[in-house]
Amino acid sequence: MKKFAVVAAMATALLGSTAVHAADVEVIHWWTSGGEQAAVSVFAREFDALGEDKWVDTAIAGGENARAATLQRILGGDAPGAAQFNPGRQYEELISGGMLLDLTPLAESEGWANFIRPASISEACLVDGHWWCVPVNIHSWNWAWASIPAFAKAGVELPTSFDDFLAKAPKLKEAGIIPFAIGGESWQINGAFGVIQTSMLGLADREKILKDKDVELAKSLMPNVFTKFREFKQFADEGSANRNWNDTTNLVVTDQAGIQVMGDWARGEFGVAGKVAGTDYACLALPIDHPTVSTGGDIFLFPKQTDAAVEAAQLKMASMMVNPQVQALFNNAKGSMPIRDDVDMSLADDCMKKGLEIIKDPANIAVDAGRWLSNDTTGQMNDLVAQFWADDSMTVDAAVEQYVNILATAE
Amino acid sequence: MTSEALSPSKLGASGAVEPRGAKPKKLTIARVGVYAFLVIAALFFLMPLWVMVVTSLKGLPEIRLGHLFNLPAEVTFEPWLKAWDTACTGRDCNGLKPGFMNSLKITLLSVPVSIVVAMINGYALSFWKYKGSDLLFGILIFGAFVPYQVVIYPLIIGLSKVGLFATLPGIVIVHTIFGMPILTLLFRNFFASLPPELFKAARVDGAGFWQIFFQIMLPMSVPIAIVAVILQTTGIWNDFLFGTVFAGRENMPMTVQLNNIVTTTTGVREYNVNMAATILTAAVPLAVYFISGKWFVRGIAAGAVKG
Amino acid sequence: MSQFAQSSDAAALASTRPPRRARRKFNVMSILGTTPMILTAVGVFVVCIIFSFIWSFTNSKLFPNFNFVGLDQYYRLWASDRWNISVGNVFVFGIWSMVANMVFGYLLAVFMDQRIQQEDLFRSIFLYPFAMSLVVTGLVWQWMFDPNLGIQSAVRQLGWTDFQFAPLTNQSTAIYGVVLGGVWNGVGVTMAILLAGLRGVDGEIWKAAKIDGIPAWRTYLFIVLPMMKGAILTAFILQCTGVVRVFDIVIAMTQGGPGVSTQMPAIYVIQHITDRVNVGQGMAAASTMLLPVIAVLALQGILQWNARRKKEKAL
Repeated sequence: MKKFAVVAAMATALLGSTAVHAADVEVIHWWTSGGEQAAVSVFAREFDALGEDKWVDTAIAGGENARAATLQRILGGDAPGAAQFNPGRQYEELISGGMLLDLTPLAESEGWANFIRPASISEACLVDGHWWCVPVNIHSWNWAWASIPAFAKAGVELPTSFDDFLAKAPKLKEAGIIPFAIGGESWQINGAFGVIQTSMLGLADREKILKDKDVELAKSLMPNVFTKFREFKQFADEGSANRNWNDTTNLVVTDQAGIQVMGDWARGEFGVAGKVAGTDYACLALPIDHPTVSTGGDIFLFPKQTDAAVEAAQLKMASMMVNPQVQALFNNAKGSMPIRDDVDMSLADDCMKKGLEIIKDPANIAVDAGRWLSNDTTGQMNDLVAQFWADDSMTVDAAVEQYVNILATAE
Repeated sequence: MTSEALSPSKLGASGAVEPRGAKPKKLTIARVGVYAFLVIAALFFLMPLWVMVVTSLKGLPEIRLGHLFNLPAEVTFEPWLKAWDTACTGRDCNGLKPGFMNSLKITLLSVPVSIVVAMINGYALSFWKYKGSDLLFGILIFGAFVPYQVVIYPLIIGLSKVGLFATLPGIVIVHTIFGMPILTLLFRNFFASLPPELFKAARVDGAGFWQIFFQIMLPMSVPIAIVAVILQTTGIWNDFLFGTVFAGRENMPMTVQLNNIVTTTTGVREYNVNMAATILTAAVPLAVYFISGKWFVRGIAAGAVKG
Repeated sequence: MSQFAQSSDAAALASTRPPRRARRKFNVMSILGTTPMILTAVGVFVVCIIFSFIWSFTNSKLFPNFNFVGLDQYYRLWASDRWNISVGNVFVFGIWSMVANMVFGYLLAVFMDQRIQQEDLFRSIFLYPFAMSLVVTGLVWQWMFDPNLGIQSAVRQLGWTDFQFAPLTNQSTAIYGVVLGGVWNGVGVTMAILLAGLRGVDGEIWKAAKIDGIPAWRTYLFIVLPMMKGAILTAFILQCTGVVRVFDIVIAMTQGGPGVSTQMPAIYVIQHITDRVNVGQGMAAASTMLLPVIAVLALQGILQWNARRKKEKAL
């Protein structure tokens, strides 16, 4: 890969150092499962192939654990060379505290701003005109996964909207199928809630509430969302309380459940089980009448290092991660959408191709709420929605009141 | 005062472990009741272990059928091999085995260091009190209630200042610190239960702080030290939090790999591999308990329960 | 310590000077020997607690800072449903697991004390769960409680098709499921400590009770038990630290759910100082958690001091 050699030379030049020896770059991430591991191996392989530098892998399962380890090690002066995060506001203080490597010269010379799309993806890394991280993929929450045989068994068509689904759900239940598959972790519940919220409010009002924190609008619109959300509960099953998301997806894979609202990473579960989109299962982009893509995903931060050789290697790694060929290999393995359009995704399955179509139009982008809300605020909302879902005695009014309160005190 | 009078056996170690209950005569209804209770209790305790073991010997298709408690229809050791040797934790697919050596290293270093430190503390707190020593002990006991994570930030900064963050000595220090409250309590209670004449006689003979410690107290505290070894080995071997933060990449303990294997988020959940990995990780403390269970009660009887 | 020192105390008291005890002498070797303890107590715990307290009045986010915001963090803390539920839960969890641990632990100890055969085997069986980490304990019991995989489904497969046993799926019972897991893990140690305590009780007591014709169960309950203060206290402290810090087992079993019904204070603290990036809020919660501990220890200190004074007066 000639291009990498050029980049490497450039990285060296940027640093102004002459003889840079090989370096180890430790990467902390939480990609420990099958598909994830294949994806991270793409990065590692490509990076090692660039030259003498080595990818040193530190996998810590669970995003919370991995991020905590990264932050604590930065604090302790033993920062890893690169660390996985989710786009959001969690690393704001790392930027303002000058703890991250400024990738701007590299990004400008490679023209990242020209090819990374949609804008909300680059905004996660581009703060005050400087690039502080590398987005590597896009994951969208706005999907529902439906079992075609399950709906056939109940004798109803696939739903055309959430209301339509709620109307058909009793039929599914009669047929011995769990209409609405959902797990017990608060992020799952909150994710489904967010998708239902987006569907009911539309992108514009959603942005007014979550970005501009329009309290009055929230007061008038959120009661409907909470009321609707509660209607789904009667169609969930008893085992939902402690279930993790992939066991939940498995209910749809095995036709025991009707639909699951879950991000596009669920596709991998169907793939592993040898199911075919369109005949065994359907991926419904939500809202069905106007499909959108939400822009979650993964990014890599490069904490500042004292060793110039490591810094040069970090820049090489950053460049490698946005390379179109690597993007193609990586995202095909990961089951996520690439961060640029000029990537060969001919291997992608039908569901991903659907997503790639939707993402082309900026009007279809539901900016990830994590861009607007701090982790703290998101966490409070998670707690509230999980509590509302589990506790039938909590009224809609009480929930809305708390929701508005969280918004009003959000920073 | 003869040396026999001061031997641990005289001080209650073995003398105190005789059962107090009535001597069994015949198989009465009461006896049957006693055994029934113990057997039912034992079944309750063994149930999870049983489930873990039989699950680890089943293939995945059989697990999906349910029948949690049944013996495997077809025994397979594949999950065990996989957990030990080839299960992937991130990019590395070497199973649990690399972490095993690290855990061994951390445990073998941390257990003796933390116990010796706590032993000296208990000794000083019992026989060589100084102004403020009781207050220090109070603070230490208080420290046993502080959530670990609250203490982590300052500890990271402190250790990195002295260059020990993310090193083997660093993790040993951390385990010593967090083991100190309960262990010091243990040793203090033990030494406090010893007859004060013992100490006074040595003082009259002109022995000093270290002399008394090494020649009299250290040999006598073997039973209670065994309790400390058991507690510390379990705690340190099972630690995950401190390992990820303080041990450094080179010394990541086995529990980090166990966590990576068990909490895998995509694809089929391999319950059998998870169970095998869990048993393998717990094997060392389990062995310690099965081998030294007798000494555990004996050691506690020797002093931890007095004072 | 010595008789001599005590009588000099009495003399000091008689001359109305504040009581000073001879053992509180300045001792270089003792201080040197306990340097690690001094460093830990002062350098780690005191410093951490002071800083936690200070940071609880700031708006610290990812890293601690000193932008003071008064009591804001505490207002928010006590306005939070989740925190209030957590506080309630730690009491429910604490009381139930302590009662269960003590009662079950003492029962086991008494039964073990009946000159039974295979004592070693039984003891090992009761003790082994403590060798498992709380994470593993939580995972195993979560699995046993799973309605579709665990005990419920096993019993249903035996033919009792409407058997219901899935405590973790229900908001009001989930916490008791966690208690059961915790008791399974820890009761063996309680049993061991109490058994050791039982066997430390003077044999003469038993003989005397027998002569008086007191039935064995009454002896165990009303005579022997009160004599085992040391053992009970040790078991109690061990359990208290576990209760206040309860974290791993809940995360492994329920992740605080369903909803927020099994949330605990320690989880609140930890989530806020790590993933939720609100160190100020986390520290406010941590400081609040420590208050009752400070109160209990201070009370104990005062009681001890009082008792000592009374004793000295009596001399």
